[in-house]
Amino acid sequence: MASPVLEIRDLTVAIADSGGDRTNAIEQVSLQVMPGEIVCVVGESGSGKSVTSQAVMALLPKGQLMIASGSIKLEGDELTTKSPSEMRAVRGKRVAMVFQEPMTALNPVERCGDQIAEVLEIHTDLDAKGRRARVLEVMRSVHLPDPEQMADAYPHQLSGGQRQRVMIAMALVLDPAVLIADEPTTALDVTTQAQILKLIREMQQRRNTGVLFITHDFGVVSEIADRVVVMQKGRIVEQGSKAAILSAPREAYTKMLIGAVPSLVPPVRTAITAPVTLETVALNKTYGKRGFLQPAARVVKAVTDVSFEIRRGETLGIVGESGSGKSTVARCIARLVDPTSGRIDIDGVDIARMSERSLRPYRRRVQIVFQDPYRSLNPRRTVGQSIIEGPVNFGLPHADAIARARDLMGLVGLSPDALDRFPHQFSGGQRQRIAIARALAMEPTLLIGDEPVSALDVSVQAQVLQLLDAVRKKFDLAVLFITHDLRVAAQICDRIAVMQRGVVVETGPTAAVFSQPQHEYTRALFSAAPGQGFGNRIGAGQVADALPVAAV
Amino acid sequence: MTADSLPQPTVPRARKPQSGMMRAFRNPSVVIGGIVVLLMIALGAAAPWLGTMSPTEINPSGRNKPPGTIVTRRDDDGNKVQVMHRLGTDLLGRDVYSRVLYGARISLFVGVTVAVFSIFGGLIIGLFSGYIRWLDPIVMRVMDGLMAIPAILLAISLVSLFRAGIGAVILAITIPEIPRVVRLVRSVVLSVREEPYVEAAITVGTPTLKILWRHIMPNTIAPMIVQGTFICASAILVEAILSFLGVGVPPDVPTWGNVMAAGRDVFYLFPHNIFYPGVMLAVTVLAVNMLGDGLRDTLDPKLAKRL
Amino acid sequence: MFAFILRRLLATIPVLITVALFAFLLLRLTPSDPAAIIAGDTATAEQVAGIRAKLGLDEPIYTQFFIWTGKLLHGDFGESFYFKKTVAELIADRVEPTLALALCTIVLAILVAVPLGVIAARLHGSWIDRLMMGFSVLGFSVPVFVIGYCLLYVFARELRWLPSNGYNRLADGFGPWAQHIILPTLTLSVVYIALIARMTRASMLEVLSEDYVRTARAKGQIERRVLFRHALRNAAVPIVTVIGLGIALLIGGVVVTESVYSIPGLGRLTVEAVLARDFPVIQAVILLFSVVYVMINLAVDVIYSVLDPRIRY
Repeated sequence: MASPVLEIRDLTVAIADSGGDRTNAIEQVSLQVMPGEIVCVVGESGSGKSVTSQAVMALLPKGQLMIASGSIKLEGDELTTKSPSEMRAVRGKRVAMVFQEPMTALNPVERCGDQIAEVLEIHTDLDAKGRRARVLEVMRSVHLPDPEQMADAYPHQLSGGQRQRVMIAMALVLDPAVLIADEPTTALDVTTQAQILKLIREMQQRRNTGVLFITHDFGVVSEIADRVVVMQKGRIVEQGSKAAILSAPREAYTKMLIGAVPSLVPPVRTAITAPVTLETVALNKTYGKRGFLQPAARVVKAVTDVSFEIRRGETLGIVGESGSGKSTVARCIARLVDPTSGRIDIDGVDIARMSERSLRPYRRRVQIVFQDPYRSLNPRRTVGQSIIEGPVNFGLPHADAIARARDLMGLVGLSPDALDRFPHQFSGGQRQRIAIARALAMEPTLLIGDEPVSALDVSVQAQVLQLLDAVRKKFDLAVLFITHDLRVAAQICDRIAVMQRGVVVETGPTAAVFSQPQHEYTRALFSAAPGQGFGNRIGAGQVADALPVAAV
Repeated sequence: MTADSLPQPTVPRARKPQSGMMRAFRNPSVVIGGIVVLLMIALGAAAPWLGTMSPTEINPSGRNKPPGTIVTRRDDDGNKVQVMHRLGTDLLGRDVYSRVLYGARISLFVGVTVAVFSIFGGLIIGLFSGYIRWLDPIVMRVMDGLMAIPAILLAISLVSLFRAGIGAVILAITIPEIPRVVRLVRSVVLSVREEPYVEAAITVGTPTLKILWRHIMPNTIAPMIVQGTFICASAILVEAILSFLGVGVPPDVPTWGNVMAAGRDVFYLFPHNIFYPGVMLAVTVLAVNMLGDGLRDTLDPKLAKRL
Repeated sequence: MFAFILRRLLATIPVLITVALFAFLLLRLTPSDPAAIIAGDTATAEQVAGIRAKLGLDEPIYTQFFIWTGKLLHGDFGESFYFKKTVAELIADRVEPTLALALCTIVLAILVAVPLGVIAARLHGSWIDRLMMGFSVLGFSVPVFVIGYCLLYVFARELRWLPSNGYNRLADGFGPWAQHIILPTLTLSVVYIALIARMTRASMLEVLSEDYVRTARAKGQIERRVLFRHALRNAAVPIVTVIGLGIALLIGGVVVTESVYSIPGLGRLTVEAVLARDFPVIQAVILLFSVVYVMINLAVDVIYSVLDPRIRY
């Protein structure tokens, strides 16, 4: 049997001045990567998966984290004892790295080709001509169209997927023994993600590279991994072959993680025939201005002729990739931006062009929960102040508003005592619950969720989804659910609308759209979702299951 | 609910998200700068009891004396008395020591007043300009115009308009500072306006004025305190420069700039006229700047990154 | 690019109009009657009225503004009340020393400040960094004229190495010119160095935490090249910005420095004009300095596009 290209043994990384509860970022981590093998390290935020990769590269943030004990061997060569200059000779040549965000990982003021050539400048004696040839060759091998032209382009002139291809080319130009990929597809759209995953697989097989692949996404794991390492709070919980971990996890934490991943198969739902709460007719939103002496009149059509309806007690999902205009639709309906044309009927009244004053009574009927739990509550105001702000605006006496807030805190599964605390004392998932309570305090008829679970870890995500579904039932709410995540959409939505470049390309009952997508783009989108087969048999994460939410 | 359970009740209930002020008081720059500033205020306030004489009284027979000279003067009753000029006298025989101590009053008063006026003026203009879209371009054009005139030049020409006096000097230093405050406030407003919690306030029907007051204005407090400190330092400097150039407060008023202006022509023979007020001025401005740096690092780390 | 420069030029028009309006109102708002000042103390009422008619002061105020602006555009800045010359001649006489002083200062400041800032950022948190930050705060805090007099004391009074005041035209020989310009340049550059070094350090610190710097290290690049190839170029835009905005500080410093060293430049002229309430000269100097300031910052905008390929117009 071949020897491992990367072997980490009992690695502990200490936190320099640990004012917090943990003294070590990772503890006693041992794993190995064989040649030609892809090892996925999965874990939620704070699990230490990225620290592990930084330790291998000797790129731990100076003065904050340092290796306390353990060994890292690259093809049998110990790395932890190397001097900085010896490490420089290893980095980029024998072990290379691909980062999460290709836009910021590439130097914005240098041409892509030059950035790849830089690796050759550092580690080889090739002259400029030789470097250029190698650069074009590697760019061709990662399937970049027109390498000659791409090499002379700046990063901002490329698409996200192309940038990540440049990063991969840069990492692989010297055929390293080990490639470390730290969430390389997380910042990409699902269709691009599928292509990049395929590319990593292809390059790695062709060159027999060992890959350490860091991810939080079990869909990606099931797509690409040979072996899986599960981490939690700086420690390895469990490791084994992909089949073993995904289908027969032993540890409770792994089971919980896998169980929380929503299934791509939508549950059976009955069509809802209640009265219509929201109807949009030919909604349009265009941005941009014709500037004086502007090179070209740049007008962006963010939303084009979007029409749909949501009935009472129904959840409509809008799914689409970034830039599809799905969030703009939500913001138009909440009248956070003014639509350019079209109608927005709330309970039969068109609010699309109402003045702020006449809009006021309708404001309370449409409430929104935002994506980022850390920014959706004013950090200077207590949770209670945030929740009662709306009801008090509409004339509810302070004491009654507090009483309502206490009830709602119980409803969303938090202690009513927490009303006196400030947002920074709560976790992301708890803050999302508070944001839901704030929305419910207005007694809305329509609740908009704008990617409300995208910033949350998968285990927390499942709980918040359950809560959303529970309050929809309890208050008979119409829900507009914006998401890029097909798994989430499959589980929570009665009907879905698929958007692409500002246009709704397909609408229908969730089950029908998932099983028989009509539009070409929908089919492409669905087939790109990672881990098609994964998680469906177990029936895990189905929100329609029992709802252990407090006081519902 | 295991992964997302509530914090234990033992967690102390902080009243504020971060007690920035407490952190500020532990910052060495804040402490040192603050102590020196307090010392200067104390010197200015206690000037009459620190062995000074009248800072404006001239003495034709005791002109241009070096530090430590003992001179015979006449007191109020016409009796001859011996007085020691610790820091010498200027070209009119006025006591430099007294003028320097009393000068602390004017300098600090101008610095603080300019800071307060420009912060309040800039805050009000900036808040409305940043939040009310149609107002913004108009206000910003005027501010751009004002900012296009170099500050000292603008102050000098404004002074030339009014009759010389402290009020005119304060106004002339305040006006060039306002556009900078407006820009800062506006940039805070523009970034906070996009925060989801402000949008949430809009969707729960909070009126615009209340949003400005409740959700946006508090974000400007820390940068305003920091900016106010820097404006104070710069105003003390500009006041001294105006006086030094002879276009500031009337020359008999004891300010550091005036003492130095009086010493200009005799600098080669009597450098003390410039040296002592210069040191006081530099130490004061340095202390205020240190205070500002420390406050910025602790209260407004984002600003600290920008400059 | 050409369209961009043209567009930016046009965008400066409202700014310049505001400045012109301010300069114009400066003369109008004075409590004293310009005609009376020109006519002098012994003039009769008829003489004053005659001058008023000649200057167009009996026209409505907006007409006066248009006449005045029209003259400006033809290079006619009017006549000095005090010096009894045309303002244009006066400025032409005084421009060389100021230009020389400003250019020497800018060059010196950039050459000293940028490397200092880069070193401080690289050694972030070390005593060298702290020392440099300390000096920069000191540079902001000590008034220009105190620095000037300290230098005079040491180099002119005690050591007698350099002349203490005046200016020698470059046409009269490089040696005397250089001797006279050294001390004023040193004096004026202190605050400018402090400003640029501080911004360089802050901008470099921000850039050094960027992902692409990590990428460069992940390639195995050596630290010096990480610093200069990847970081400095990305940090350049704020540095160039502060150099442009710092011109305002520099102009203020010129006024003071020229007074300290008795240099017959535009700064000294400004002070003389203010003391004499010579409003046409004040107007002209304000306009001139503001136009230069605005144009330099326009040039800075154009430099951005060279430094950062993302900025496209």
